[in-house]
Amino acid sequence: MSQATDVAAEDRGQIESVSGPVVTAVDLDARMNDVVYVGDEGLMGEVIEIEGNVTTVQVYEETSGVGPGEPVVNTGEPLTVDLGPGMLDSIYDGVQRPLDVLEDKMGSPFLDRGVDAPGIDMEQTWEFEPAVEAGDVVEPSDIVGEVPETQTIDHKVMVPPDYEGGEVVAVEAGEFTVEETVVELDNGEEIQMHQEWPVREARPVSEKQTPTEPLISGQRILDGLFPLAKGGTAAIPGPFGSGKTVTQQSLAKFADADIVVYIGCGERGNEMTEVIEDFPELPDPQTGNPLMERTTLIANTSNMPVAARESCVYTGITIGEFYRDMGYDVALMADSTSRWAEAMREISSRLEEMPGEEGYPAYLAARLSQFYERAGYFENINGSEGSISVIGAVSPPGGDFSEPVTQNTLRIVKTFWALDSDLAERRHFPAINWNESYSLYKDQLDEWFEENVSEEWPERRQWAVDVLDEESELQEIVQLVGEDALPDDQRLTLEVARYIREGWLQQNAFIEVDQYCPPEKTFQMLGAIRKFNEEAFEALEAGVPVDEITSIDAAPKLNRIATTPDDEVEAHVEELKDDIETQLRELY
Amino acid sequence: MKEYKTITEISGPLVFAEVDESIGYDEMVEIETADGETLRGQVLESADDLVAIQVFEGTSGIDRNASVRFTGETLKMPVTEDLLGRVLDGSGNPIDGGPDIVPDERHDIVGEAINPVSREYPEEFIQTGVSAIDGMNTLVRGQKLPIFSASGLPHSELALQIARQATVPEEDEAGEESEFAVVFGAMGITQEEANEFMADFERTGALERSVVFMNLADDPAVERTVTPRMALTTAEYLAFEKGYHVLTILTDMTNYCEALREIGAAREEVPGRRGYPGYMYTDLAQLYERAGRIDGREGSVTQIPILTMPGEDDTHPIPDLTGYITEGQIVMDRDLDSKGMEPPVNVLPSLSRLMDDGIGEGLTREDHGDLKDQLFAAYAEGEDLRDLVNIVGREALSETDNKYLDFADRFESEFVDQGFRTNRDIDETLDIGWELISLLPKTELNRIGEDLIEEYYVEDAGVDGDAGSEEAPADD
Repeated sequence: MSQATDVAAEDRGQIESVSGPVVTAVDLDARMNDVVYVGDEGLMGEVIEIEGNVTTVQVYEETSGVGPGEPVVNTGEPLTVDLGPGMLDSIYDGVQRPLDVLEDKMGSPFLDRGVDAPGIDMEQTWEFEPAVEAGDVVEPSDIVGEVPETQTIDHKVMVPPDYEGGEVVAVEAGEFTVEETVVELDNGEEIQMHQEWPVREARPVSEKQTPTEPLISGQRILDGLFPLAKGGTAAIPGPFGSGKTVTQQSLAKFADADIVVYIGCGERGNEMTEVIEDFPELPDPQTGNPLMERTTLIANTSNMPVAARESCVYTGITIGEFYRDMGYDVALMADSTSRWAEAMREISSRLEEMPGEEGYPAYLAARLSQFYERAGYFENINGSEGSISVIGAVSPPGGDFSEPVTQNTLRIVKTFWALDSDLAERRHFPAINWNESYSLYKDQLDEWFEENVSEEWPERRQWAVDVLDEESELQEIVQLVGEDALPDDQRLTLEVARYIREGWLQQNAFIEVDQYCPPEKTFQMLGAIRKFNEEAFEALEAGVPVDEITSIDAAPKLNRIATTPDDEVEAHVEELKDDIETQLRELY
Repeated sequence: MKEYKTITEISGPLVFAEVDESIGYDEMVEIETADGETLRGQVLESADDLVAIQVFEGTSGIDRNASVRFTGETLKMPVTEDLLGRVLDGSGNPIDGGPDIVPDERHDIVGEAINPVSREYPEEFIQTGVSAIDGMNTLVRGQKLPIFSASGLPHSELALQIARQATVPEEDEAGEESEFAVVFGAMGITQEEANEFMADFERTGALERSVVFMNLADDPAVERTVTPRMALTTAEYLAFEKGYHVLTILTDMTNYCEALREIGAAREEVPGRRGYPGYMYTDLAQLYERAGRIDGREGSVTQIPILTMPGEDDTHPIPDLTGYITEGQIVMDRDLDSKGMEPPVNVLPSLSRLMDDGIGEGLTREDHGDLKDQLFAAYAEGEDLRDLVNIVGREALSETDNKYLDFADRFESEFVDQGFRTNRDIDETLDIGWELISLLPKTELNRIGEDLIEEYYVEDAGVDGDAGSEEAPADD
């Protein structure tokens, strides 16, 4: 936020009342959603209601000690973010104040009040390489040059979308700060690297397209059974302790996106610290550079002010849209959208609005869908293509998926990864329930998998799904009569399903070789289990008892393929298949 | 300081008064009643001409002629190292008959959020000497790990056992003397429970390194909203300014939440789930998040809040919201309690989120992570089979299934049920784990690395256990 630096034509009012994060002011000339500074300490807030002479403001900072009569100053501008080079490798709070800068300014590990800082460093210089020359005609959103933002990402400098555009009259390469003009147009418009954009408004695009490429996550159950598309939306609901955050973090680490925006919305401080400590150390699987070079973190922990929690998802997606405009694939993780919804509820109830279901405001569904609609695979105005994939964690109270946030989210998103506390209790991770989860992108992504991994991808996936389905039906019978009462072929199916669950679906985020599984390995591992399935059923038909089939030496190895390094897996699987074949055929 | 005699309304714990100056939100208020008693309160809402005040000691005795004084500052806790060894009431006044407290500093009790950038990630293993915790749900310094319990279960014993036994083995070995302190915040517990805690503190000599805050069941409910903040402010001071490693025990959070609900109802707020205020998540987070470590500071704040789940229902808003904020939970189970297990911890729904970074080679032992995963999986399997046995009987189960059942029984009786007076070090805990997991054949151990099985698997563990199923098809 840079409003602090340029409050010009100011309108002043006085505080009338204070109740937690909600403050009312009188005699303030303001529009809806204007940013205001509240009280003697200048706490940042946003106008959320106007009634006659009384303006209601939600304040993004703690309001202890603030009293009536203190001034309220209007900036006349809505809540905006500073866009430009320097956003990657940064850690922000919910209103894009860089937390490391705040630490220096406050001189304390605790977050004080009334301190503001711009979202990007205004002094730092960047090496600008023009992509246009004098005489070229540029239109809004066109790329006029680039700066190396990090080792991984070249930051494209664009004509702001609200400019008119025209002929370039001056352009220069060299070192510039983000506020210096790098390109001048004939109509007098000057282009800087720094842009501002109101967070609650989507940046314009040319067209939204149907996504056809998967966002490879390196998680077998996701890529293999419930894939997400680049530009798609996914929800991960689950009770506490079921692994939402671990899944989100795995995606942030391994998803094959160019840019990752990770929003810790109302979650734990220590978890954010883990991300802050880990990401600069971990290598990006695509480039080998540190992960932070492609990442922006937004950390608004649960004890930070509730109003800033409400705004943090918008701050995050606006930053994401800016990189999408440059033609990058962006993955945005919001952990957790329930905390965002609760922030809406809290503010709504302080406003004494009529509550909807479970006390949530009636506009909950509308806000959720507006947010998720900002995801997609887009053709940008400047002709490039980029995407934003949104993955939202949901924390349903008591793990009950019928509550309003889960239900309203499911109406919008197309991929649903249901976390399951039973699986989590037996430490089956990722604890994603394969019977309840779904992905509506499955069919439109098949073509990509057929081309890039194997022709047999869809068919092999369907085989796994069928076995798992059959298992869950058989389990109902087993619950009643015990496994020994089943006929042999069904007992064998249960064994095969067990290899699929324990050897394939289970994945250990804490073992280095297993935390990221390329789609080829996902495919080969399942192939080994399927080979066992075929050979085993042949042996069974030849009269070999199930117990003998499952006790061959090669069988337990099916559960350990995951720990084979990626480059050895193909040979290993072939060898294992041969062993299975020989050992089973020896039995008859 | 201006005095007002302008009270317009008294309702439950709330007093409304007209004012003609600016009163800050959260400011402290003193109310003097007709018979000279002074009550303390806090501004809940401040408008131009009217303020709402929440009175800690309850509003009885206040009439419309009572005088109201605004102190001009928010509630502060006087802090000093001399607090160690003292017993205070729920508002921070000494009740142990000792000398007055001479504060070094006065800290705002609301506390400020720790900047996530300034935090240090907790990964120092705390050995509690309790296998169900150390082995399966390890506690680390700076973690917040609540005990989910229910009325009538021995959560106090477990909390005391942890307070008594907690050490950091690494430091003990290095001969470093770590400054260790306990801050104990009681909210609405009975005098009897309080006596138990005090007796144990005195008996073990723990009192001299403890600060005790006591808000008892018959103390005013509103005061309970202040007690944990007082306790945590003290803990933060001792940890981040004086370098202590502070273990903070807060009991019982359920009473705290009841107090929040009472105030919400008195203010006629729109209630959320089960009548609790919609901001309860934020409010609880402001307590629980005051645990952690700070980069470059010596000490740490570790929190063990205790809550009794109404109706033993972990989907009730109090345990539910707590579980979403804290880094795991230790769950007490009534069935295990009635089996006489001490502690009756059910490890399956229990969880420590910070465990994986606090265990392993150099921290506990290289085999810890794999062994724990396998113990969880095997115990869960055994539990499932118990249901089945009830229907079909043990004979209908395969030999392996029977081994799982034996494992589950012995896991409970040998691993978990250790008694409240036994202190096991981590090696002992893990060795018992191996002894038990070796009841299962090696081929079942798919969560453990092959090299670890090689090293730790106890070859003849199954033999002395059950005589019924020896000699499988091995020799023919």
